[in-house]
Amino acid sequence: MSDIQINIINKTYPAIGQATSHTAIANLNLSLKSGEFICLVGPSGCGKTTLLNIIADLDHDYQGSISLSEQSSRPKIGYIFQNPRLLPWRTVRENIELVVEKTLSSTIIDNLLELMQLTPSQHIYPERLSLGMSRRVSITRAFAVDPDLLLMDEPFVSLDAPTARQVRALLLSLWQQRPHTVLFVTHDLREAIALADRLIFLSASPMSIISEIRVPILRSERHDEVAIETFRQQLLNEYPAIKQLL
Amino acid sequence: MKLTQQLLALLSLLAFLALWQGSALYINNHTLPTPAAVALVFWQACVSGQLPFHLGATLLRLLVSFSIAMLLGSAIGIVLGRHKKLDAFFDNWLVIFLNVPALVTIILCYVWFGLIESAAILAVVINKLPSVIVTIREGARSLDQDLLDMARCFGFSRRKSLIHVIWPQLHPFVMAATRSGLALIWKIILVVELLGRSNGMGYQLHLFFQMFDVASILAYTIAFVGVIQFIELIILKPLDRKALRWRR
Repeated sequence: MSDIQINIINKTYPAIGQATSHTAIANLNLSLKSGEFICLVGPSGCGKTTLLNIIADLDHDYQGSISLSEQSSRPKIGYIFQNPRLLPWRTVRENIELVVEKTLSSTIIDNLLELMQLTPSQHIYPERLSLGMSRRVSITRAFAVDPDLLLMDEPFVSLDAPTARQVRALLLSLWQQRPHTVLFVTHDLREAIALADRLIFLSASPMSIISEIRVPILRSERHDEVAIETFRQQLLNEYPAIKQLL
Repeated sequence: MKLTQQLLALLSLLAFLALWQGSALYINNHTLPTPAAVALVFWQACVSGQLPFHLGATLLRLLVSFSIAMLLGSAIGIVLGRHKKLDAFFDNWLVIFLNVPALVTIILCYVWFGLIESAAILAVVINKLPSVIVTIREGARSLDQDLLDMARCFGFSRRKSLIHVIWPQLHPFVMAATRSGLALIWKIILVVELLGRSNGMGYQLHLFFQMFDVASILAYTIAFVGVIQFIELIILKPLDRKALRWRR
């Protein structure tokens, strides 16, 4: 997987009816190194989802470019959307099977379902799942494609704390087994510090980068809540503007 | 509850037959035969092979024209529903074809192509096609963009998206087009047969009309309505149940 260079000069939503046009992103330059884990932190409605959609090639209506450092085919993308976007007419398992290669062993899906505690629900249709369970299915689906680039739009919202912790650990373990680029949107600074190589703080609309901060805590020490809290306090003291973004 | 409903349906049917029998006895004229007289004619027509032959000819025309109209209409409907410019271009065509009387299309097809089978089928297809297109177009317009984006993001091919993402969303619209299509098409086919074919239900009904044979007209009508009900119960309802099994 090559590095990704994001250069968005302008992304504007046109005026519709009485609503005026709205510039969501302006002059945003961001480079994603291959295998890097990046957390995007910014206020609600600042355009983070718009940015992920542009990167995922779902939105072409912008000025700028998304380029790969090497001439290669489109990276395999796993996207965990803000709402789970499961096909209601396919069971939990079928939703996952549909996105993976036919050659993929069913044991891999079995294992993922097991890790996400979804084995008993695998033959259930999404309409019968709670929002938290649907989110877990959406996360499993994104993991199952073994992506080169994983886009996560506030993936752990509405998961209970123990499940969120478990899924976070699973995410890190999968990422360490096979490093792929992760772009993770969150409002939770502790979560961002626990996961990221690099934190990117974004301004309110029109969105641009306020600061980029590398997390100095070693991976082996990320489970230490005191270390994370200390770094969080240090960040808030050094960059008071961050408080406005959370 | 289900038993009560079935009992009510049976009672309603019996009440209808009783009303028919009472009216026929009261009028006492060959223009309204009794249910028993119609049943006898029905049985004789079945035994002689006349009814199955003509019913078969009509059903074959129905099957061919319905299949062509549904396949073509669905494809065009999806394209128009997803491409605003094409839709804007062809919208007037649709309005024109929706409003051309069925009889005009049938006459023109027979005049232009002759009294041949393909002209008959073409006339039926032309009459049904616009309503299929309009129904499916509405479905295609209301497709869930979030699910389409999900499919695109996970690299679904066009075929995979069509089968697994688009088609299930269009199902209610396809069923609506199917049901209204069956009801409309068989009526058009009767006119097509009446005007230019030498077999089929329409041809026979025309013959019976000339002889004032109301019992045969009713016997053939009951047979046809029965077949359409059979299609609804044996094909359409199970299809509905299977396609919508995921709903709560």
